[in-house]
Amino acid sequence: MREILTLVRKDLDVEVRTKETLASLLLLGLLTLLVLSFAFDPTSAMRAEAAPGALWVAVTFAGVLALGRAFLIERENDCLEGLLASPVDRGNIYLAKTLSTFVLMAIAQLGIVPVFVLFFDVEPTPALVGVLAAVMLGVLGLAALGSLLAAIAVRTRAREVLLPLLMLPLIVPAFIAGVRATQDLLAGGSLAAAQPWLGSMLAIDVIFLVVGWLLFGAVVEE
Amino acid sequence: MRRWFDTVHPGLTLVAMAAAIFFVFVYVPTDRDQGIIQRIFYFHVPLAMMTYLSVATVALGSAVYLWRRDRAWDRVAHGAAELGVLFCSLVLITGPIWGKPVWGTWWTWDARLTATLILWLIYAGYLLLRSVAPGEQGARYAAVLGLVGALDIPGINRAVYWLRTIHPAVIQNRDGSTGLADPRMQLAFVVCLIAFALLFAWLLWIRTENLRLQDSVEELRQRALHT
Repeated sequence: MREILTLVRKDLDVEVRTKETLASLLLLGLLTLLVLSFAFDPTSAMRAEAAPGALWVAVTFAGVLALGRAFLIERENDCLEGLLASPVDRGNIYLAKTLSTFVLMAIAQLGIVPVFVLFFDVEPTPALVGVLAAVMLGVLGLAALGSLLAAIAVRTRAREVLLPLLMLPLIVPAFIAGVRATQDLLAGGSLAAAQPWLGSMLAIDVIFLVVGWLLFGAVVEE
Repeated sequence: MRRWFDTVHPGLTLVAMAAAIFFVFVYVPTDRDQGIIQRIFYFHVPLAMMTYLSVATVALGSAVYLWRRDRAWDRVAHGAAELGVLFCSLVLITGPIWGKPVWGTWWTWDARLTATLILWLIYAGYLLLRSVAPGEQGARYAAVLGLVGALDIPGINRAVYWLRTIHPAVIQNRDGSTGLADPRMQLAFVVCLIAFALLFAWLLWIRTENLRLQDSVEELRQRALHT
């Protein structure tokens, strides 16, 4: 546990000094929302219907970007090799990377979700707390799956394009559950109505975490 | 095994495939509601089943490779992934040919169609990963992806049903009846399934042999370079 926290602190220290990842995450999220709001006529009812999907596209794209960066940083100056040479459990490296990426994504979402509410003219009801919870579960899944796949993609020739290609199809279950939860919540549903979706997302997160923890060692071994 | 695949198996596959074509085009009665187009079902469904068999084979090969580190299992996974993409492409082609006259549309975002397309994307990504990450490292990466992909597919299949479905339940309806009313249809289906299973096994054998030869050529080349 202490190993994990030390590694997370290291990642967050790097981020505090550069602020690169967080800035690009926020900007990409906002730009995605902007572009998607062009796609729907602002006066039509389509916009309300498209809102949950738009939010999740922004969340997912920003997430994929964050993951690519998280491992690029480790590549520079062979940081990952240094980590692997130190007496740290491989599973702990994975969990630390997942946790630090999750923290960055979660902070970015705290900026993206309010802008989404503004851009898509969503009623500011208490249901938004549920939406935020769904988004947090979603980014946890993205971080858990992505930390495993980014470790693979970053060490191949096609790293920029490979990560989204591998990640997007696999994240579909979490994506659909997130969109459904958001739809139900924004349509005036109570938190209880969205609970099955949130439960599914939690289950997906746990599966990705366990699988990533088990397989990460096979990815980084030399 | 080599002798079996070099002698008996190809002939057996050929006979079974010829029989399958005979059953589909001559023997089986035309469907009362859908007409002639329903016959595509006898290829479409076995192809879909072979796609899932490929996915299971990829997962098996990947798991055993990560456990034993025997390249033979990696080649099985690699070959099966290629077959999976091939069969899945054929499923995605035969489906719309049937869908246009029966549903009135080539494509619809029905649960099974969506799930099949996502499956295709996962394994197309797998093949791309194999082509950009060669050697032992690529084998490990691919094995990890092969396992994650196979684990993800039940989730995808569930998740897309949260959206919607209009796909017919061909093998078994909810009330337990099958979509194939006539026993001759059921026989034709079984014949086609056997033919495609034989074809799958044969192609997998050829491809893994092919990959084994590639590996040994590479090994010889390396050895020659170092002497």
